[in-house]
Amino acid sequence: MSPSVRLQEMIRVIRGARTQGEERGVIQRECAAIRAQFRQADNGTRSHNLAKLLYVHMLGYPAHFGQMECVRLIASPRYNEKRVGYLGAMMLLDEKQDASLLITNSIKNDLSHNSQYVQSLALCTLACMGSAEMCRDLAPEIDRLLRASNSYIKKKAALCAVHIVRKVPDLGELFTPAARSLLCEKNHGVLHGAVVLITELCERNPDTLEQFLWKNAPVVPELVQIMKGLVMSGYSPEHNVAGISDPFLQVRILRLLRILGRNNDTASDAMNDLLAQVATNTDSSKTAGSAVLYETVLTVMDIKSESGLRVLAVNILGRFLLNNDRNIRYISMTSLQKIVQTDHNAVQRHRGTIVDCLKDQDASVKRRALELSLALVSAVNIRSLMKELLLFLSSCPPELRAHTTSGIFNAAERYAPSQRWHIDTILHVLTTAGGDVRDETVPNLIQLITTATELHCYTVHKLYRALITDISVQSLVQVACWCIGEYGDLLLRGECEETEPVQVTEDDVLDALETVLQSHMSSPATRGFALTATMKLSTRITHNVDRIRSIVSIYGSCIDVELQQRAVEYNALFKKYDHMRYRGSVCGAPSVIEAKLPECKSPVPSSGLSHTVPGPATSTSGGDLLDLLGGLDVSPAPPSVKVYEKNGVTLKLQTDSQTDTGMTITLTATNSTDGDITSLTLQAAVPKVCFGLPGCLCILYSTLVSDEMGCPDWCFSTQVQPCFQNSWDSL
Amino acid sequence: MCQPIKKYLTASLPNAHPLHTYGSVRKRVKCSFIYTYIHIGSESTIKIKMQFMLLFSRQGKLRLQKWYVPLSDKERKKISRDLVQTILARKPKMCSFLEWRDLKIVYKRYASLYFCCAVEDQDNELITLEIIHRYVELLDKYFGSVCELDIIFNFEKAYFILDEFLLGGEAQETSKKNVLKAIEQADLLQEEAEAPRSVLEEIGLT
Repeated sequence: MSPSVRLQEMIRVIRGARTQGEERGVIQRECAAIRAQFRQADNGTRSHNLAKLLYVHMLGYPAHFGQMECVRLIASPRYNEKRVGYLGAMMLLDEKQDASLLITNSIKNDLSHNSQYVQSLALCTLACMGSAEMCRDLAPEIDRLLRASNSYIKKKAALCAVHIVRKVPDLGELFTPAARSLLCEKNHGVLHGAVVLITELCERNPDTLEQFLWKNAPVVPELVQIMKGLVMSGYSPEHNVAGISDPFLQVRILRLLRILGRNNDTASDAMNDLLAQVATNTDSSKTAGSAVLYETVLTVMDIKSESGLRVLAVNILGRFLLNNDRNIRYISMTSLQKIVQTDHNAVQRHRGTIVDCLKDQDASVKRRALELSLALVSAVNIRSLMKELLLFLSSCPPELRAHTTSGIFNAAERYAPSQRWHIDTILHVLTTAGGDVRDETVPNLIQLITTATELHCYTVHKLYRALITDISVQSLVQVACWCIGEYGDLLLRGECEETEPVQVTEDDVLDALETVLQSHMSSPATRGFALTATMKLSTRITHNVDRIRSIVSIYGSCIDVELQQRAVEYNALFKKYDHMRYRGSVCGAPSVIEAKLPECKSPVPSSGLSHTVPGPATSTSGGDLLDLLGGLDVSPAPPSVKVYEKNGVTLKLQTDSQTDTGMTITLTATNSTDGDITSLTLQAAVPKVCFGLPGCLCILYSTLVSDEMGCPDWCFSTQVQPCFQNSWDSL
Repeated sequence: MCQPIKKYLTASLPNAHPLHTYGSVRKRVKCSFIYTYIHIGSESTIKIKMQFMLLFSRQGKLRLQKWYVPLSDKERKKISRDLVQTILARKPKMCSFLEWRDLKIVYKRYASLYFCCAVEDQDNELITLEIIHRYVELLDKYFGSVCELDIIFNFEKAYFILDEFLLGGEAQETSKKNVLKAIEQADLLQEEAEAPRSVLEEIGLT
């Protein structure tokens, strides 16, 4: 019985096992037998036992006890045992195992063996799992083999040298001369090895790169010659792959040329003709040709090539984009991604095809197409490209959604042709994929809407429509509630220029808000928005104030503490400060004093503020206002504003300093009456736009002493912290 | 603009590990998953070209595994398991390339076997596909219309053929004929080495 049948027999038995347990049993028996055999003296079956053990190892079972056997077999004089021994070493040993050091000596001896096949075993093992120490020990041997041996060994020695250089880069200098001389060989295997070695040496050490470029007989012309020979040669049966002569070697040479020409004009010039030739003559109908073309394109893009060549390269990539083979489309998009920054216009020409790839079935292709599309967005194509992106968003795989939405928002922010378009786009995204947007989207959108003053009517109508359709998307609902709260009067007016106005009654609007409040889909933050919006509407509607009052009071006993607090305080507004509700700016038009939201790019224009100045005037009583906001101005040198002058009491407000997080306001109160004025109550309301909450209410009690007595006016400053504070902190 | 892309990519790779260790010569020995970069002291990050090659069946059983980077057994098992599952989950018409844990995976299915290579980032994936194809052709020529069973029962020969074609992760011989000739010679040598022993055994003298 031939020995190898024993191995095959074992494999058959193992495969015949019907359950995992049975298999384990068989394997345990076999391993026990193998272990016993290993312990015995040499009986000629060692190699087969090791082979069996390797099979068992491949199935996933432990095989440590075979390591020493590998070492023994490698040292054996017989070829069959060496062969399996080296295979075992590559599979069971790696440089972290101690046993690997033991084979260094055997490898050294085998490197000088008179049979080239034994030498080849040693070289292969060294290149696969040689540790740094082994490499250092054996490097001189490898160098010797590089110079004086037949081509079979030379090619292997070259690749072994590559491994050594990767492990111990300092040894690169040792191999440089030999590597150079190998380029004169005719044998393709040796040439290939030499090119790989030179590539590795140049990549690691810029000095070596210089050497190869200038000294040592410049390498570039020689490579160009070899390459030309390959491209122009006729059919060579030995190396031909689908019409290309030795594509592996061609690709490696191109890669080496890339490294040599990277920062070097002269070298790049020398290659230009060749690259043009390869680009035009290579047939790309099969993968081999495409691989060579691809490498050519990568090289052209990386070196200092002339512009005509670059255009040629981009066109090749464009052709790849139209290829039926999905793989080729994928790699072409990968390369286009790399060059989209530098050759933007060239890539723009292929935008149509790239956008078509968004509809591909394959998720990897889709992802590449998405990234490339986002990189291609510019002011010129924003409208058409955004249409495609929005279409893509509606059908894109879930793992790409977050990326798509943030990409769309970035693009819209940079290139929006008009505010209306911008708002429309964001709303579209929120309706399609509102669950995958970032948290800052809501405040950003609110900011955007506020600044787009002429679009308030349009926006509120649109948002109202969206709200009554679907209240599951939290971000959309929050923005809609805020908008209705702010511009509810425009909604109720029922007329709009830009869009079909919705004819609603106050009850309808309140119904919508109440639905949001009561729905189990609404998050606590959303409920907060809705409650505040309801409250704000109390100044904008005329008939249903009682309804609002009842809604608000219900939530006074809500479980959610935040809601409860708000409801209680709104209730207080109704009861105790009803007169303030109109006059104060608690429920009045918003002022966007604080301009620094986390993502906010532009400061709030003062036009937004000037909008608020007539704001209080539109609420029911104009006259005597303690309207803090009407007096404030965000312009650089705010004048002192007299906000109250009546009965001898004068109040002046001055904005002293405004920082990103705070604003100092100085109130100067003057009493020019005869008596003291007691129980002076000052309430300053600063609505906060970012969260749509009514702002800080600071209640200051003071006694304003009569001027007559020569007491100084009361002057005090208050720090208004606009952002990130709970709505009802007293200052 | 880069920010969201990077955030997305790391979020979608569930086991992405930070990879940088600058400084003196160090090898990332302790990492439990992919070990892709070996920092060699200078600023540049040198990447190994081909890290490993796996052959596995449609049921996920490994038929051949060749590793060109030093990793412990445990790490190798984990990587194989995860990668095999990822590839088996892909549909038939999908791209042959995928990005997986900072590596590029190139795979192709031939009949019931998946051939899968992991290459580092800069590589030309198309030529890796050609390498895989060349290896399959070699197996085919050697076994004569190779099928999975051939590779199962003659796994050591599959390794020998691979070792004649690739060395240290790079192609060593670009001519099919030469590779097959070398294997033939080596096989002859092996038979000669085995023959005298079995003759002696038959006679009974061990």
